Amino acid sequence: MQVPAPFEYERATSVDHAISLMERLGSTSRLIAGGHSLLPMMKLRLASFDYLIDINDLHDELGYIEAGPDELRIGALTRHRELLESATLTAAFPIFADAERVIADPIVRNRGTLGGSLCQADPSEDLSAVCTALGASCVIRGPGGAERVVSMEEFHVGPYETAVGDGEILVEVRLPVRPGCGSAYEKVERRAGDWAVVSAGAAVWLDGDVISDARVGLAAVGPNTTGIPEVSAALRGQTPSESLFEQAGAIAARSCDPATDQRGSADYKRHLADELTRRTLRRAVERARS
Amino acid sequence: MTTVHERVDTFHDNDQKPVGYGRMLRKEDPRFVRGRGRFVDDVRLPGLLHLAILRSPVAHARILSIDTSAAEASPGVKAVVTGAMLAEQGLAWMPTLSNDVQAVLATDKVRFQGQEVAFVVAEDPYAARDALELIDVEYDVLDPVVDARRALEPDAPVIRDDLEGKTDNHCFDWETGDEAATAAVFARADVVVSQDLVYPRVHPAPMETCGAVADFDAVEGKLRLWSTTQAPHAHRTLYALVAGIPEHKIQVISPDIGGGFGNKVPIYPGYVCAIVASIVTGKPVKWMEDRFENLISTGFARDYIMRGEIAATRDGRILAIRTNVLADHGAFNGTAAPVKYPAGFFGVFTGSYDIEAAYCKMTAVFTNKAPGGVAYACSFRITEAVYLVERIVDCLADELGMDPAELRLKNFIRPEQFPYTTKTGWVYDSGDYEPTMRLAMEMAGYADLRREQQEKRARGELMGIGIAFFTEAVGAGPRKNMDILGLGMADGCELRVHPTGKAVVRLSVQSQGQGHETTFAQIVAEEIGIPPDDIDVLHGDTDNTPFGLGTYGSRSTPVSGAAAALVARKVRDKARIIASGMLEVSVADLEWDKGSFRVKGDPGKSVTIQDIAMRAHGAGDLPEGVEGGLEAQICYNPSNLTYPHGAYICVVDIDPGTAQVKVRRFIAVDDCGTRINPMIIEGQVHGGLADGVGMALMEMIAFDEDGNCLGASLMDYLLPTALEVPDWETGFTVTPSPHHPIGAKGVGESATVGSPPAIVNAVVDALEPFGVRHADMPLTPSRVWDAMRGNARPPI
Repeated sequence: MQVPAPFEYERATSVDHAISLMERLGSTSRLIAGGHSLLPMMKLRLASFDYLIDINDLHDELGYIEAGPDELRIGALTRHRELLESATLTAAFPIFADAERVIADPIVRNRGTLGGSLCQADPSEDLSAVCTALGASCVIRGPGGAERVVSMEEFHVGPYETAVGDGEILVEVRLPVRPGCGSAYEKVERRAGDWAVVSAGAAVWLDGDVISDARVGLAAVGPNTTGIPEVSAALRGQTPSESLFEQAGAIAARSCDPATDQRGSADYKRHLADELTRRTLRRAVERARS
Repeated sequence: MTTVHERVDTFHDNDQKPVGYGRMLRKEDPRFVRGRGRFVDDVRLPGLLHLAILRSPVAHARILSIDTSAAEASPGVKAVVTGAMLAEQGLAWMPTLSNDVQAVLATDKVRFQGQEVAFVVAEDPYAARDALELIDVEYDVLDPVVDARRALEPDAPVIRDDLEGKTDNHCFDWETGDEAATAAVFARADVVVSQDLVYPRVHPAPMETCGAVADFDAVEGKLRLWSTTQAPHAHRTLYALVAGIPEHKIQVISPDIGGGFGNKVPIYPGYVCAIVASIVTGKPVKWMEDRFENLISTGFARDYIMRGEIAATRDGRILAIRTNVLADHGAFNGTAAPVKYPAGFFGVFTGSYDIEAAYCKMTAVFTNKAPGGVAYACSFRITEAVYLVERIVDCLADELGMDPAELRLKNFIRPEQFPYTTKTGWVYDSGDYEPTMRLAMEMAGYADLRREQQEKRARGELMGIGIAFFTEAVGAGPRKNMDILGLGMADGCELRVHPTGKAVVRLSVQSQGQGHETTFAQIVAEEIGIPPDDIDVLHGDTDNTPFGLGTYGSRSTPVSGAAAALVARKVRDKARIIASGMLEVSVADLEWDKGSFRVKGDPGKSVTIQDIAMRAHGAGDLPEGVEGGLEAQICYNPSNLTYPHGAYICVVDIDPGTAQVKVRRFIAVDDCGTRINPMIIEGQVHGGLADGVGMALMEMIAFDEDGNCLGASLMDYLLPTALEVPDWETGFTVTPSPHHPIGAKGVGESATVGSPPAIVNAVVDALEPFGVRHADMPLTPSRVWDAMRGNARPPI
């Protein structure tokens, strides 16, 4: 039986209550949401905390998908399954449903959350790539209710490290809504439910037949989920074509920094960065046009 | 004589068979589907203590010191035991099933990552686990031997310096066949093809991990041990020899078992630790390993580095097969195989083909990895043998430009050649290969598939068709040449018919999910005419079952199934005598009609087996010389192994951009002789095929250069899911075994043996446009992509 080291446990009754508990308990405490990354690490005793603060009771406060005119706002405790099944989200950003279909399995998706996924900051994590492709921003609340908003690039500080500081909590993810958007996600995995060998998310915004903006987010090809500004620059103002996608793929391949491991060789991952960038851009453009 | 049957999809064909064989639902399933199975971890005894094992974090190191004082002071801890303490009792080392020794707890050195170093016994599993963190072990880390190819280099660190005079990492040499005759055939052959192949280390990973509950009663002097064992009787004998407890004072109970696949054949240090802990504390002690422990320390499988060579005529007549094998046995030789067969039954590497000569030379080495070797449904290394021959036959087909199906059909042993003695000395009992192969090709639509492949290739799409044809050797085995540590591989069986005509049959083999409670009831039912629902099957408890060597190597039906049929016939013979008295006719005037004896020519005069059972136990007279009661026992010693065969065809599609392999179709035609319960057979085949997909495409226990195990969780060691496997298309032919009383051959491992080469052959076939002739398992997308670019590399 795998059991974690002893810890104490408290259920937060509100976001502010959770923040006050974190303030009091300091870095020996940790928030637990879906727990699908945290608990295995604790059971294997790779991680150990004196206190766990359970925020699952805050679903009323932090579990929502709300579409506004300029942005779509998702509460940090929104579960994978809710993201997968949201017609609002799928209509605006089909990339989410693409990704959610290949994230873990239904058992994990029933419990795991958007906020937990982003805060875990695993370099292979799928939703970080999705949010990067969509140019999301993250709302972090701290002591006294003070909120700050950071971009995905600022949010990821390093592998397993984010901009969320002691006593802070990620409360919301905001996705800018602009016309002419198409998005798509592709993942290569060794087996259903595995972490990505490489995955790519792409979003394009068309103005007529011209790409007004485009973003690509790659997972599992470096210390952090990578947004590639050079790809965006190469695509902006261009008319979509196979050769343009090839150019973007080549940029993606040379801009990433994969490592050889059990999931695959660095060369193969670089190849996938190219291949999946092309595939997702192609599909994103198709969707933007339809 | 082979009969060919269509696939049967009905679940009701047993309706036509009031007794005996047929597609009846499994008798054990109601308790499993209702969560009422009773597994080792479900055993709860008053005062139960819990044991946790401290394992080595490194692959090779000298132990300088162990400080247990903090752990001993930890709340709830009852005992902390090290190898040094066991050594004082002479219990630090135990024999393996291959006449080697293995440390129960390390004394001098640790020899693989995950090796047992100390254990804690505590009031609950949490306290035991917490106290492990408090044991302070000082290691002097040594260079490990990770690559088997380097194990015999003169400057390689010597792992087994516990063995007196040991100066290298050599484990054993073994050879079979005729080296000179084979060399002569190779020298004159038109075509010789050779190919290096690696069958990487894999793990059986049963759903239930290993564990035990030991309860030593000091007053009775009796040890009761509930343990996850596939061989309770063999284990009991070994415990008697190791621990010095008299054998009649040891009861080994193997309750419901959540999968074995060979993983639960060996005796693991944890079992011995639990026994020692119970003796030391005077309380019952439970040890259940976790998934991590199961994957890093228990019996692995394969780990063969092979060179296969095949010689043939230009027109595709296979003449000879030769192979050289380097076998990685890990830190201790823990292989569970008959003593005279250190490489198991690898000698059947000549496959299903009638050839002129064969030779194998094998060298086995020690490395700093977990011990084991025979596990994962391999039929004693036949998995490796079949992979070797079926892969190099495909290489030959490629060389000759012949269709791989045609090449196989041309070289099959012909039906009139059976019993067929192979060039390595195995006597195949029966077989009729061509109809099996033809049925598989027909089910697959082989010619259409090849046409489709041509069309797809023209469009740049990658589609592959892979064939494997296997002959297995199962049902070990004849006691004259097969034993494990001196214990002959025969099996006992007892049958008792109660007065009301219900019965209990006691087996020496033990089910880990194979459906013995149903299959064996059906075998007895067929012979004695009592419905299977009226027959209880008891197994897994050494105090209540006859001696036998257990369930592995697909041996239950070939050996114990024969015993069950024969013991039932023995009871029927007695019933016939009693019936003759009841009907007042001579025995010769009776005929048997599934459940009753009737007077020949007078069908109105008959007695049922139930009538006879009551008479046997009743107050009335019995024929002279007949004792009361209706029961019998037997010990069955098989005269030969049985040799099931099968033809498998796999169709894969490969995404040219990502190199991901999708198994689109899998056709499996099995011939396991007489079929007892087709539903259970299909279940066995389905499971084995899924195993094959796992091994071919994703499973591997890898190590880094320091000997750290990289497959220590199911996130790292990938098992296939329903999403990776197609709808299986199964079919069958029936070629009964001539020496088995009901003609059955065993099927438990056929699919695991036969499917990996079919899948690999399909992937290689798909990659033909890239000039690929071979790529080693596991064929992960990355490795397939390497092969597409001409960089196919062995996985180790």
